[in-house]
Amino acid sequence: MLVDNSEDGIFFLTGKDFTNAGTASSSLKAVLERRGIRQDIIRRTAIAAFEAEMNVVIYAVAGMMKYRITDTEISVTIQDMGQGIPNIELAMTEGYSTAPDHIRAMGFGSGMGLPNIKKSTDSLVVNSVVGEGTTLEFVIQIKDSQ
Amino acid sequence: MNLVEIKDILEATVITSQASLRHSVASVYCADLMSDVLSFSIAKGLLITGLTNAQVIRTAEMAAIDMIVFIQGKRPALQTISLAEEKNIPLLVTDLSMFDTCGRLYEKGLRSQSAAVRRPSIVACNEGSI
Repeated sequence: MLVDNSEDGIFFLTGKDFTNAGTASSSLKAVLERRGIRQDIIRRTAIAAFEAEMNVVIYAVAGMMKYRITDTEISVTIQDMGQGIPNIELAMTEGYSTAPDHIRAMGFGSGMGLPNIKKSTDSLVVNSVVGEGTTLEFVIQIKDSQ
Repeated sequence: MNLVEIKDILEATVITSQASLRHSVASVYCADLMSDVLSFSIAKGLLITGLTNAQVIRTAEMAAIDMIVFIQGKRPALQTISLAEEKNIPLLVTDLSMFDTCGRLYEKGLRSQSAAVRRPSIVACNEGSI
């Protein structure tokens, strides 16, 4: 008999709320740990989710993080109501950043976010409309989880 | 190298409450850019930094960093210390500079094992798969 072990959930993100920035990714990490997923896979997922969450907090008014975990993969969608990305190719370039100084002073905004999400995941799709918002969808495969 | 050894080498103060001898690290990553920590550090290491905001703890949590040393006597706010305690990440403060902190630990045998710089080939478009 087939058992459906899949699980999904959603977290809401608030722009400019630096006190709580990271709590969604932290909660997602806890879900993955509870499921006993391999540590290196958890780390890649947490890093990608946190980079995306920081982007929403830095650049957008609000957003949400949705996840779905099956026996074979973790998929995460981060959607925001923000300014959008005019040129995704440029935003994917390491070192390219439009972050203001106060963000850089916190150790972020050095133009490594999207490239690092790409590096940490098995697939990444970015859709963005300037003035409306951005949606990131990434997938991480769960392989050899024994 | 365990927490007590690191504390002694750096003449540091442990500022979290549950820090124990069981905490030990095999490698070091040193940065003030959290983006770099997220991109290049490896799991189970020590982070040396001059930044003290809450995002440092969040970064350590996501990147599976096991211990943090703040340099030049910089102390994070109580809220940040509480977050580290909640995440079971011991925090140390040393009066040494970044250079001397790294130098002393290097002298005692600790090394960096940062992930190799990898440049993914990037093909992007505004609507669709990257």
